[in-house]
Amino acid sequence: MYRYDQYDQAMVDARVAEFRDQARRRLEGKLTEDQFKPLRLMNGLYLQLHAYMLRVAIPYGTLDARQLEMLADIADKYDRGYGHFTTRQNIQYNWIKLDDCADALADLATVEMHAIQTSGNCIRNISADHFAGAAADEVVDPRPYAELMRQWSSFHPEFTYLPRKFKIAVIASEKDRAAMRLHDIGVRIVRNAAGEIGAEFYAGGGMGRTPMIAPLIRDFVPIDQFITYAEACLRVYNRYGRRDNKYKARIKILVHELGAEEYIRQVEEEFAHLLSVGVEPPREELARITEYFAPPAFVDGPKTVDRSDPDFALWVDRNTHRHKHDAYVSAVISLKPAGGIPGDATSGQMRVVARLAREYSFDELRVMHTQNLLLPHVAIRDLPAVWQALDEAGLGSPNKDTIEDIIACPGLDYCSLANARSIPLAQRISERFAATGRTEVVGELKLKISGCINACGHHHAGHIGILGVDKKGKENFQLSLGGSEAEDVSLAKITGPGFDEDGVIAAVETVTDVYLAARTDGERFLDTYRRIGMEPFKEALYG
Amino acid sequence: MADSLGTSPDEVQFRFRDDEPVDHAAVTVDSVLEQTNATAVRIEPGDDARLLLPFLDRLALVEVNFPAFGDGRGYSAARILREAGYTGELRAVGAVLIDQLSHMRRCGFDSFAPDQRLDEEDAARAFATWENVYQRAADARRTIADKRHEA
Repeated sequence: MYRYDQYDQAMVDARVAEFRDQARRRLEGKLTEDQFKPLRLMNGLYLQLHAYMLRVAIPYGTLDARQLEMLADIADKYDRGYGHFTTRQNIQYNWIKLDDCADALADLATVEMHAIQTSGNCIRNISADHFAGAAADEVVDPRPYAELMRQWSSFHPEFTYLPRKFKIAVIASEKDRAAMRLHDIGVRIVRNAAGEIGAEFYAGGGMGRTPMIAPLIRDFVPIDQFITYAEACLRVYNRYGRRDNKYKARIKILVHELGAEEYIRQVEEEFAHLLSVGVEPPREELARITEYFAPPAFVDGPKTVDRSDPDFALWVDRNTHRHKHDAYVSAVISLKPAGGIPGDATSGQMRVVARLAREYSFDELRVMHTQNLLLPHVAIRDLPAVWQALDEAGLGSPNKDTIEDIIACPGLDYCSLANARSIPLAQRISERFAATGRTEVVGELKLKISGCINACGHHHAGHIGILGVDKKGKENFQLSLGGSEAEDVSLAKITGPGFDEDGVIAAVETVTDVYLAARTDGERFLDTYRRIGMEPFKEALYG
Repeated sequence: MADSLGTSPDEVQFRFRDDEPVDHAAVTVDSVLEQTNATAVRIEPGDDARLLLPFLDRLALVEVNFPAFGDGRGYSAARILREAGYTGELRAVGAVLIDQLSHMRRCGFDSFAPDQRLDEEDAARAFATWENVYQRAADARRTIADKRHEA
């Protein structure tokens, strides 16, 4: 994986020093809270309901054992012994003190980590396919391109005060495991008929209160013009994105209001101009970065494993993913124990995962946008040992992509924006389905819960989505069906009037009843919904 | 008359040029299009900086106004002017804060007239924050990638 050289390290160190200085000036009264706010946000520091929250960047979700151990240490030293992995492949600490923040950032810098641009109206941490470098179906490893973008977008002088936050995802396969088209810019690295590498660009996707699927804006950007094209997309947005209303300031609104065709025309004009200016990094830089992502030294080995333990066999079937080398798999570490808080891990669990990464996965691990962890390269022969260690640490839930694998935002338990609590709902639903054994019967079913309209829990993209709203001072939950964040991307539709907490749990069971009664062989919940439509579900819910 | 528009040289707190500052009022972008003798202009956030490109030769001062520090359109305006070859004074005025100085400098601003005077020491530190830079921008600094691959 990528390693900092002296330049990258100096940039991060300079940022820590800068933040210390900003905090000092705030304390000396030279900065007002209004002036300080965007500065602390650009260093990942939010003020939440009960305390400051620090969001640490995990670029394209890739970590090594040493880094995860530092995240565990920070949880113990500055927080309450746990952290929360997010849908942007980052980690959040919920109980940080402002006084400790610069020290925590300095600790992070010792392991090539930071909290830069994890918030604020700037280009956020770049996300990527969590199976990058391991997936059998990828054209190339997308991470070198994401790293090139990380460097370009870090401390970008022109794009630090954008109309609104800006999220970019990079993938390199037909399958979309990064919700790419629900990003401000989605990039798919492709190979053209001539065998050359380039990038497909999508722009103007997003969730929030106005969910939109990003249209394709260019089917092939030659890779030696990659950054220039991205710069053109951002410049048009920076100049013309709306600034009169923060709810209409994302690029999706600009693309929607201009129309994709007009946005494309403006980007192409700016792109042609920037090509003449020359903003692309030297070609050798991509080559230099790519060397860091050279595949590890895989060795041949057994392709099967003793499956006599049914619990183990179930975990293998559910939680492993096909690898490009047939003696290996990628192993998903579920952070969704039945009744648990989605995405939370204790410092002890982080250390177990770090040890397993070191012993069994070439010292590499990933954070998934589904709020799970991943060992990307596990030899099939090592699976029993890995599973046993995970199981002992409470990390062996065999529930990837099932109804227990819930994405949920922090909700009203932590978040100052939320209208409703997401976590208790996720806990009760996973508990219920695990207890009745229905999880396995239902199979793949992506349930996503947001505690407010901002949609951090991706409810628009859930096969089943739940949105918490405030209804006359009471929590109320709207149910929606038919969303997908994958290559078959779609936005979920609301079923009808909302429910209280008990009611929405019953409603989730009801819609799975409808599915089970109607499904044909091999159909997922989403497929059945798409075939039979909303009516039968509505009938059963409100009939 | 637009004689109250713009800043005067004594409002400029930081200046990275050796020539004499222009000492007369700036006009709006719209006025430049009509007035053939204007040499100083003030860009507001909603103005299209590219409208000035035919007149760059006669402009000695372009002020870019930041009514709110969070409105970043002026950064693009500055780069666009420098990319088009504008070599006159490019002055950031209005809500210009310490932590924006280094980025503004990179976008091509070479003078600064903050509406609230900034602490000299803090500002000096801010201008020097980044010993190296990742991106190519209007200041023509060699980037980290350039340095990594220099022959």
